[in-house]
Amino acid sequence: MLSWLPENVSTYGGDIDSMISLIYYVVGAWFLLTYGAMILFLILYRRREGRRATYITGERLGEAAWILVPCVIVLGLDLWMDFRGAEVWAKVMGRVPPSDLRVQVTAKQFNWEILYPGPDGQFGTEDDLLLENELHVPVNKVVAVVLKSKDVIHSFFLPHLRLKQDAVPGREIKAWFEATKPGQYEIPCAELCGFGHSGMKGWLHVYPAEEYQQWVKARWPSS
Amino acid sequence: MSARVGVEGPVSFWRTYVFSTDHKTIAKQYLAIGLSWAIVGGLLAYLMRWQLAYPETPVPGFGWVPEPHMVTGIIPPEFYNMLVTMHGTIMVFFVAMPILLGAFGNFLIPLMIGAQDMAFPRLNMLSVWTFALSSLVLLISFFVPGGAAAAGWTGYPPLSAKAIYTGVDWGLNLWILALALEFASFLMGGINFLTTTVNLRAPGLSMFRLPLLVWMQITAAVLFMLSVGPLIAGAVMLLLDRVAGTSFYLPEGGGDPLLWQHLFWFFGHPEVYVILLPGLGIILEILPVFSRKPIFGYRPFIYSTIAVGILSFIVWAHHQFLSGMDPRLAMPFSITTILISVPFALMVFAMIATLWRGSIRFPTPMLFTLGTLAVFLIGGLTGIFNGSAPVDIYIHDTYFVVSHFHYTLVAVTFFASFAGLYFWFPKMFGRMMNETLGKIHFWLTFLFFNAVFIPMFLLGAGGMMRRIANPMQYDFLQPLQPMNVFATIASILLLLGQIPFVINFFWSLFAGKVAERNPWQANTLEWTAPSPPPHGNFETVPVVYRGPYEYSHPSVTEDWLPQDRPAVPTAVS
Repeated sequence: MLSWLPENVSTYGGDIDSMISLIYYVVGAWFLLTYGAMILFLILYRRREGRRATYITGERLGEAAWILVPCVIVLGLDLWMDFRGAEVWAKVMGRVPPSDLRVQVTAKQFNWEILYPGPDGQFGTEDDLLLENELHVPVNKVVAVVLKSKDVIHSFFLPHLRLKQDAVPGREIKAWFEATKPGQYEIPCAELCGFGHSGMKGWLHVYPAEEYQQWVKARWPSS
Repeated sequence: MSARVGVEGPVSFWRTYVFSTDHKTIAKQYLAIGLSWAIVGGLLAYLMRWQLAYPETPVPGFGWVPEPHMVTGIIPPEFYNMLVTMHGTIMVFFVAMPILLGAFGNFLIPLMIGAQDMAFPRLNMLSVWTFALSSLVLLISFFVPGGAAAAGWTGYPPLSAKAIYTGVDWGLNLWILALALEFASFLMGGINFLTTTVNLRAPGLSMFRLPLLVWMQITAAVLFMLSVGPLIAGAVMLLLDRVAGTSFYLPEGGGDPLLWQHLFWFFGHPEVYVILLPGLGIILEILPVFSRKPIFGYRPFIYSTIAVGILSFIVWAHHQFLSGMDPRLAMPFSITTILISVPFALMVFAMIATLWRGSIRFPTPMLFTLGTLAVFLIGGLTGIFNGSAPVDIYIHDTYFVVSHFHYTLVAVTFFASFAGLYFWFPKMFGRMMNETLGKIHFWLTFLFFNAVFIPMFLLGAGGMMRRIANPMQYDFLQPLQPMNVFATIASILLLLGQIPFVINFFWSLFAGKVAERNPWQANTLEWTAPSPPPHGNFETVPVVYRGPYEYSHPSVTEDWLPQDRPAVPTAVS
């Protein structure tokens, strides 16, 4: 299953992937253990002439220990996954780190409207730039995104960067990412948003530093 | 008073089969409606699977559906959204609930506790007819202009709150109305289950001698009662937003879309256990019978059930990690969610330990019971991924989640229900089902179920989103398309695999081997009644002397010891 994940191209994607593989191996071990025990018992204790089942209620502590001890182990593993998970969650969804680029992404049926503040760094000024379904960013820079929606709930999904965040009308939700590899990556909408939901997507263009500067120059020649 | 509740001598055809107060007839009515909806839900799934594997090609067998719903058998996106929505709604509320609670709860609770009927037989009839009305409303919603609801089975506003967003007008209003009626029906049913269990138990049947199925059913009834109120309030607000122009969920009028999500999932998560527990109850009755052993840890099982019930009320926001709620809320909900694995692990271990040193037989009900356990286990284990907030960032709203909840819900709604049907069919209809057809049905179902849903885990890992109508629109999903084709072919075979069951069901109904009173040599009280039991159930009120699972007790020569056998004879060497 792990090999099916798309290539990771963000700074925190590796943390999420390692969390996925941690859980994969923990539950994989339990899967083998429980299936193994079940299949073994089904074979060993299948009905045979002249053999009677043993009367065991499992109510005495000595017997119940057979299931209680594994439960304590489950609890321990749970807490381990929780603590590991809390760190990763805080890294991705906690405070947005100091950003090199800020953009507003406004979802609407069935497009992503992407607003750049322009050279002055301020939204709502004349040098703002509005693009449809195109997000252009430099590689290895923190990009802060403010998510909004004009109509219904959408979800901003960057599968290759392991980022997903709902865009909710009436709210401004902050998210961030830092891409580690130049290229083009799809931005599908991951929340049912109407008849155009399927196919609602944009493209994230990640450029090396110089190419990004050229892109900026082409858009804002005066700066 | 020894008068039999609701028994007044010979009654007409209508009073016997249609407007009956007999809990067994009512159970069969729920079963009939639930199984009929299952066919509809299955066909909707077939349409969706076809579209996902072969997008925008005519669906074989569906050229007759008129425009604008389908165009010469091709599925337009708005119709696909309707399929997604109605498949979920039907399977959860109109298949799982009526079969697991309506049919098995109604049929078994009075029989298992030695009662003549439910505490409120007329309320029971009202509940099934309210459910029938609710089914009718849902059915009509397919045929109104604009079609049936298409905002997802979770109905998130604003998408669901304004007709312009989906193009569905009355379809969605009727969807809300149908659900409201359905909830009213199951509230009445739940009150009946609780009252009956508390008040009408046979002499000697203490709470800790109850079969676990009864425990599961009443826990589910309590969970449903405590959780459904907020949802009904939420649904009323949604309906007002739609028809009266209010703005409970619309930000432009000062409302908040997240309010609905909290109300919905405050109900929605306990609802998962409302369905799950009765399903587990079924396999817990069958497991000891065919292992010839007591359930391992009867009391720990009950305590775990209650623990799961309580925990289920404080996990709801794990559906909303990415909804825009304060991110600091995610970890507390993630921790409570993952903690649910502890009581569940105990249940699974207890079921496996029940097999240990048993004398295990493998008739069809036992195969489906083991199938439930095997399938559910995968559902439970994959739930850990979803429950972990950071992992959810990636897999939320992907096919990983879709596959996960099918592994849990299909395990109980179909595998456990089939186990229960094969097991109690002789008690329900007085005839045995055919074993060979049953085994063929099991293996087809088990193999093709996994063949449908294992690929979906991989698709989810690959990032494929839920509820998209055409994966070929995405460059990163195109390489995964062979998996979609594979799952679709398997899903068609899974549906065809149900034909042996349908044949078996109807053939056995009329021509099956006539069943004895207790064909499986089981201990619980329903097997002391005739097959099928008459209106009023028992010839004499049974008296209970022990717990429900005393199999292979050392004090008797046989390997079973019914709950109503007076005294344990001295041991025979």
